[in-house]
Amino acid sequence: MEILVCVKQVPGTTKVEVDPVTGVLKRDGVDSKMNPYDLYALETALRLKEKHGGTIKVISMGPPQAAEVIREAYMMGADEGALITDRKFAGADVLATSYTISQGVRKLGSFDLILCGKQTTDGDTAQVGPAMAENLNIPHIANVLSIIEMKEKSIVVEMDMASTVEIVEVQFPCLLTVEKGIFQPRLPSYRKKLITKDREVKMITLKDFDDKNEKNYGLNGSPTQVERIFPPDANSDRETWTGTGEQLGHKMASKLKTLKFI
Amino acid sequence: MEYKKLDAKDIEFLISLLGNDRVYTGEEINEDFSHDEMGGISRIPDVLVDVNTTEEVSKIMKYASDNLIPVVARGSGTGLVGGSVAVFGGIMMNMSKMNKILEIDEENLTLTLEPGVLLMEISKFVEPYDLFYPPDPGEKSATIAGNINTNAGGMRAVKYGVTRDYIRGLEIVLPNGEVLNVGGKVVKNSSGYSIKDLICGSEGTLGVITKIILKLIPLPKKAVSLLIPFPNLDMAISTVPKIVKSKSAPTAIEFMQREVILAAEEFLGKKFPDNSSDAYLLLTFDGNSLEEIEKAYETVANICLEEGALDVFITDTDERKEAVWSARGAFLEAVKATTTDMDECDVVVPRNKVAEFIKYTDELQKQFDVRIRSFGHAGDGNLHVYVLKDDLSDEAWEKKLSTVFEAMYSKSVELKGLVSGEHGIGYAKKSYMKEQYGPEYVALMKNIKLAFDPKNILNPGKICQ
Repeated sequence: MEILVCVKQVPGTTKVEVDPVTGVLKRDGVDSKMNPYDLYALETALRLKEKHGGTIKVISMGPPQAAEVIREAYMMGADEGALITDRKFAGADVLATSYTISQGVRKLGSFDLILCGKQTTDGDTAQVGPAMAENLNIPHIANVLSIIEMKEKSIVVEMDMASTVEIVEVQFPCLLTVEKGIFQPRLPSYRKKLITKDREVKMITLKDFDDKNEKNYGLNGSPTQVERIFPPDANSDRETWTGTGEQLGHKMASKLKTLKFI
Repeated sequence: MEYKKLDAKDIEFLISLLGNDRVYTGEEINEDFSHDEMGGISRIPDVLVDVNTTEEVSKIMKYASDNLIPVVARGSGTGLVGGSVAVFGGIMMNMSKMNKILEIDEENLTLTLEPGVLLMEISKFVEPYDLFYPPDPGEKSATIAGNINTNAGGMRAVKYGVTRDYIRGLEIVLPNGEVLNVGGKVVKNSSGYSIKDLICGSEGTLGVITKIILKLIPLPKKAVSLLIPFPNLDMAISTVPKIVKSKSAPTAIEFMQREVILAAEEFLGKKFPDNSSDAYLLLTFDGNSLEEIEKAYETVANICLEEGALDVFITDTDERKEAVWSARGAFLEAVKATTTDMDECDVVVPRNKVAEFIKYTDELQKQFDVRIRSFGHAGDGNLHVYVLKDDLSDEAWEKKLSTVFEAMYSKSVELKGLVSGEHGIGYAKKSYMKEQYGPEYVALMKNIKLAFDPKNILNPGKICQ
């Protein structure tokens, strides 16, 4: 079983301030950590390995200091790791990010199972995992609540569909994004830290990719244009609605139209 | 001494002072006010009143003093030794409505507040100012005056000390109704007997605290906890003196056993990050940068591995801390949920005797065929040992409990420990304290009580009485 886990380095606190002039997140002096949702993906991988054997690789994308989260994954039990890093990848949106990572994944090997957290705490889109699977041309299941059974060529999982839970079987290779709470993540081990302190974190840059066209990466490859980042106004007005997901969806859409947000 | 039985005239006085809706009698008094968290000792007061001001407290005390009516001041009722139970009936003053934070003084680093402010509110209030109130007892819904009255310690005592170390000044109402200010915003004080330090730990027997000035310190910016599994409790606890000796100054050194962790998992309905080992130490380090903290904890991590720890787990993010510390905070309730009744021994022994004491309680478990659970502050020698009733009959339980307690307190005396580390003597532990202290010590305490409360109306029947 070859398992790949995707992890991201995110700000260590939710109290990140936005510079009112430049609209950029003030990251100076802010600690970083592994995206908490990714811990569940990594824990899922570790449990599967304990039961069924195999190897666990981790991959991340970010500036060179993001190698820290790979090291942290080593401290939890991952076998190998790589960081996709290149100045040319800066400013990537969901589309460019998922394409970049999928290029990196191809370089790292072939995998039976790719595991992601369901979303990150900084971007919060929950789209990069599924978009990667599309780029890799493999099936994916998002919001996996639990793993019911591992078979030789497939896996049976419970998937959260907001108002229903579906049980699905999916063939390997595939990608799963897992929900918080699928397993309680273990803590990083100081013993493993000592053992893995010299273990390599492989660096993957644009020149390692099959597709070396710069236009497909970073700001160039990102159709999303961010006009401005600003902290949301604190607003204590609230309305409470009840109903099914569908009813509430319609109600929300018409409300947003009334308010001319859409 | 014969107290006056409350009559209609007394109730009338209280209503004239406080109004109808703050005076409760008979059925109107919630049963909760008849006991504290541990139960066992119970009596409903004759009248319960909500007080809002120092003046009201003063007038009630004056009236009670003139009429010889016993009075008990009560906070959240989270005590564990019956300290706030009105064992002679009379008037109970519910102090928990006096719950305003009055002033934060950033030039003197003090916080002035009313007695009913909850412990959990204090940290929430001061931390945005980058200030820190270090005492950290597990029960966060206790009131600050309750903490002061028991000199509560909590989990950071190893590095920061206990509640007494953070009291700058107090306003107290004496049993005769006079209002007295002791201490103040001053840092040093050699001006006669330190009454404020006497009030702290007096369990509501010397005066009623109506205002408090607390000392604050700059907030350490970062903290990391280490969860350290050991093959057995003996190895875990034997490592503690070596950690203390390393001078790396953790803020907390707690020990816990698998049974208690499993109980907490069941109680909270969520998993602890690791439950594969028999015993754990939980340490916290704080400081202003991660590098500084890392340096301190690596020394300790290496000591633990040399002493046979299976691993050292690093608890560095909010999510990880929550997973570990929420379980630690729930231990008492979780253990309680596994049995029908229990009682607690809160002894404190010299830090290098913790292992010996815990080993002894383990032997008692076998010797008396009773379940004993313990966890606590290995770093400051304060243990919380719980004897569980399970399916014993009331009679058999009483008998067994007193034998086991007798044995534990004798052991503690042998190890040069003391009866209570932080929960107090109250009503439940009086005999053990008297036994240890002997007549002269107790006579001195009685004379102190007499000096404050010559008519013996304030929380009578507690500590040395």
